[in-house]
Amino acid sequence: MIYAFLAQLVQMTLILVLSPLLTGLVRKVKARLQRRRGPSVFQPYRDLRRLLGKEAVIADNASWLFRVAPYFVFASTWVAAALVPTFAANLMFSWSGDLIAITALLGSARFALALAGMDIGTSFGGIGSSREMMISSLAEPAMLMIVFSVALIAGSTQLSTIAETMLNGDVGLRVSLALALIALVIVAMAENGRVPVDNPATHLELTMVHEAMVLEYSGRHLAMIELAASLKLTLYIAMIACVFVPLGMASGPGQVVPDAIGATAWLAKMAVGGVLLGVAETSVAKMRVFRVPNFLGAALMLGLLGVLLLFVSRGM
Amino acid sequence: MTGAIWSIPALFVLAIVGTVTAKTPAGRIVIYGGSLLLAAGLLIAGFDALTGPVQHLRLPLGLPWIGTNLRLDALSGFFLVILGLGGGGASLFALGYGRHEHHPERVLPFFPAFLAGMATVLVADDAFTFLFGWELMSLTSWALVMAHDKEPGNARAGFVYLIMATFSGLALLLAFGMLAGPLGGYAFDSMRAAHPATGTAAIILIVALIGAGSKAGLVPLHVWLPLAHPAAPSHVSALMSGVMTKIAVYGFIRIVFDLLGPNQWWAGTAVLVLGGITAVLGVLHALMERDIKRLLAYSTVENIGIVFIGLGLALAFRATGFQAGAALALTAALFHALNHTVFKSLLFFGAGAVLNATGERDMETMGGLIHRMPRTSFAFLAGCVAIAGLPPLNGFASEWLTLQAILVHPEMSEWGLKLMIPVDGAALALAAALAGACFVRAFGIVFLGRPRTDAAAHARETDPWSIAAMMGFAALCLLAGIFPGVVIDAIAPVARGLTGARMPVQLGDAWMTIAPVEASRSSYNGLLVFGFVTASILLTVAVVHRLSRGVRRGPAWDCGFPDPTTASQYSAASFAQPLRRVFATVVFQASDTVVMPPPGDNRAASIVRRIRDPIWDTVYAPLGRGVGWIADRANKLQFLTIRRYLGFVFGALVVLLMALTLWQ
Amino acid sequence: MVAPHGLSFDVAHMLAGGLVLVSFMMLYQDRLTALLHVLALHAFVLALSVAWQAHIQDAPHLYIAAGIALAFKAILVPYALRRMVFQMGLHREIETVGGVGITMLAGIALVALSLEVMLPVTAHTDPVAREDIALALSVVLIGLLMMVTRRNAISQVVGFMSLENGINLAATGARGMPLVVEISVAFSVLIAFIVIGVFLFRIRERFDTIDVGALDRSRGGQR
Repeated sequence: MIYAFLAQLVQMTLILVLSPLLTGLVRKVKARLQRRRGPSVFQPYRDLRRLLGKEAVIADNASWLFRVAPYFVFASTWVAAALVPTFAANLMFSWSGDLIAITALLGSARFALALAGMDIGTSFGGIGSSREMMISSLAEPAMLMIVFSVALIAGSTQLSTIAETMLNGDVGLRVSLALALIALVIVAMAENGRVPVDNPATHLELTMVHEAMVLEYSGRHLAMIELAASLKLTLYIAMIACVFVPLGMASGPGQVVPDAIGATAWLAKMAVGGVLLGVAETSVAKMRVFRVPNFLGAALMLGLLGVLLLFVSRGM
Repeated sequence: MTGAIWSIPALFVLAIVGTVTAKTPAGRIVIYGGSLLLAAGLLIAGFDALTGPVQHLRLPLGLPWIGTNLRLDALSGFFLVILGLGGGGASLFALGYGRHEHHPERVLPFFPAFLAGMATVLVADDAFTFLFGWELMSLTSWALVMAHDKEPGNARAGFVYLIMATFSGLALLLAFGMLAGPLGGYAFDSMRAAHPATGTAAIILIVALIGAGSKAGLVPLHVWLPLAHPAAPSHVSALMSGVMTKIAVYGFIRIVFDLLGPNQWWAGTAVLVLGGITAVLGVLHALMERDIKRLLAYSTVENIGIVFIGLGLALAFRATGFQAGAALALTAALFHALNHTVFKSLLFFGAGAVLNATGERDMETMGGLIHRMPRTSFAFLAGCVAIAGLPPLNGFASEWLTLQAILVHPEMSEWGLKLMIPVDGAALALAAALAGACFVRAFGIVFLGRPRTDAAAHARETDPWSIAAMMGFAALCLLAGIFPGVVIDAIAPVARGLTGARMPVQLGDAWMTIAPVEASRSSYNGLLVFGFVTASILLTVAVVHRLSRGVRRGPAWDCGFPDPTTASQYSAASFAQPLRRVFATVVFQASDTVVMPPPGDNRAASIVRRIRDPIWDTVYAPLGRGVGWIADRANKLQFLTIRRYLGFVFGALVVLLMALTLWQ
Repeated sequence: MVAPHGLSFDVAHMLAGGLVLVSFMMLYQDRLTALLHVLALHAFVLALSVAWQAHIQDAPHLYIAAGIALAFKAILVPYALRRMVFQMGLHREIETVGGVGITMLAGIALVALSLEVMLPVTAHTDPVAREDIALALSVVLIGLLMMVTRRNAISQVVGFMSLENGINLAATGARGMPLVVEISVAFSVLIAFIVIGVFLFRIRERFDTIDVGALDRSRGGQR
């Protein structure tokens, strides 16, 4: 009981503490690929400390919503991230939300952030919120189609059960899984505002989506939002790892050795994911904003195709 | 039974009192106070029926050979709860809101009669009583829609509504006529006992779907809804959107699940197709709308679509003998119906409060109301989060349950179902995501940003009654969201009555987790999610506030170019522009035309947005033209000689006689 | 008979599904050169699929078919088309009729349709063949859809080639298909390619005189 509780606590802390490192790693990889030296991988931690130490300036007409939103965004992203198995499945509270709930929690965070973007009444905030909601209106159904594919194969929407089925069960090679993986990568790119969809490093006005929404934030509020963004990136990579490569994951917390193996495997997977993301981001160009719907529409179609194939082949 | 039975005639009496006292200052208090109490009576009766045994009552009223049969079972009870909640909330809201009514004599008498009509539908146990209640509900709500008939557009709204209401009544009449069969067993008991032939059953199902669907707002029968619901005073809009559409859902369930008996699997497919289209089209319409009340009305169409997706799944599962799945799907549909009553009423109350405060329904004239109306905006925000299907509020719980119902399907051999169920899953997901965008837009434009007009800048917070009603419903959104197990268990008797199975008992699980099938398959715990998020927020705030320095106010940053004019903000139209471009260019043939004057010409440039409603263009406009054409031709008949008229009568007589001979 | 959910079934299913996926990638592409790369990938997946069929059916002549597919369709034809694009200086963006989203939605509907049509009909045959034939029909239909929705001649050729690939998949999935038939199928592609090549040169004249001009004019205005 106490160990189970501790494991859950470790999971929450681990994912929180390591997520800025992942962001730093991606930035470092991108910098090296662009033949720059780039800042240290620990730079995001320093940024967070700097932002936290600063005074927050908010606009005169900001409402309470503007001040609450960063904390809410951070908290719901954190809770969603805590529900994704990392080193071990079946953690103490893993049953309190399934994959659909995780998606919806991220949706709540986005809802709050989009509202906060509109609170001051600037055109940049509006453009960011409007485009963010356009992207999410396609990314969210695509995500649910992915969830459907995976859930139909594993017979469950619980991530722990899915990971176990993928690890032990006789799943075999499935077209639907391949479709779901491609779709999930596209959705993850869009949801995290990574390169083909949005550029996390830009402040070029007309191309930014996420950055436009949070333009008015500063100080500790901005720190919360940055941390939430890192968490979300970690969450998605952890989710991909958990569903598609659950190798090494302990089937339940309780024994020290499997847990340690799981943690090591997880760290390795996250590092590989971060490097791959950096490479991918360097090798493609950002899209025009109105090409994004096609890109995400493709993810939605792939997800739907996967689910259709599953529905059809189940009755054979 | 007693609770319901005295509440209904009391509502009729109250309606009569309303005609007398409407003009007096006390009239509002008497009518809405009375309605509130009687709605509470209906609520209690509903709870009673939900847990207790089936009760019958026969009154010597109505048609002499049938009488008036009343029956209260779990299904009626559940919808009585919805009616009691929605009606009570609307009455409470109207206690304050009704003060702004210019013509109380056109609202007060009809309000209790409207409630009475809906209650009559729910307790009716024969076709006559059912249709009496149904038509009473239609007519009183029509009268309420026409309460402000001088406002532009309302007369047309009333006209379209009247036609569609008549059509829906006619369709139900036909359905009951066929259910009753040649022997004319109009009591529901004899309909239950009779089993119509397959072909007849199919026609009954389609006719019932048309009749109830047109009242509920199923595409393509929804066109009256976004016209009529916003035209009524806001508390009546809440009642129409929140409750009357549910009475229509009740009518569908009563006829198809209860009276008609077993069904074919294609029935489920048909309902699934309609439900999916309704959900997506409704929310897309809502996204394009700039009138806040019409936006809410279109979103009602969307939610009805979600409810019908659940009902279609239930029909499909029931037909393939998968009772547990049918129970799950039906529970999801009913849960969503209840949730929709709560949050849609809340949102219409908020829209009414804003309408009173600013005098406007157009979102482009609002903005910044969160500063002027903090309580209203808080409650409205809760409603927006709930209707967008986001945890931890109730909208998510029921949508989650519907998604689980889609995933729980067994290995079916029917091809239509195999293809339609995943497509409906995608439609549901798309509708939910678009609803999120729609309500970010609704809340963001109306309550956030800077006020766009003086009216919005000087708005005042609404009265305590209205706030009490809104806060109450906001609390219900939260409660139903974090304790969904309670609601699911309460629905269990209904599901058992109609599908022969029920979902597993939810309240036994630790921490009030809900698990539709079993915990390893899927589970959700609203309470824990809510608790975790709250705890994380508190923890973070505590830590961060300790670490960091304070907050300073300053002018907005806006990339260094803050614009003092409020027109530079994003408007409702510009917020919807990306979505319009992605979805509406295809669905609604939306087009933006920029009219740019040539250089040197100093007229203002303008942008013209054009949106076509495909349903109206393809179904209703030709129909209207056809009726007009026939009327034009028939017009000549008014100007004939007596001899010709006599000739028509004579001819008709001869034709009838010939028909009679041929018949024999 | 190959048991469902064995490795051989899984790989065959995976490859056939992969072919459908690549067909969708074609529908998504709106640049000519990228489209040709996808065509090469399409043929490559087909070659793999045929080779796998050769392996599990123990039919060495299918290896030859796979080799033909790889050499001609995955390498030669895309390369030739690519040269044509560069030599003719064709406009490298593809004009589509209707949006990409709509086209892909139509593609999904076609996949559903072909599954619906083929699976009940072939209820009693080998599961591998069933899957292959149903998916092959979807590839064929998507190829047709592509030919219908593209205005550019090269992309119509690509649509036709993918259609051929679908027919090839169906042919190898069915057992006992003699080598003669396969070779003839492979050569029919070549002949079609030549015919279309001639056709293309005819079209080029019109491109030069009418179409390119119209395209360039429309570039200046609003898209």
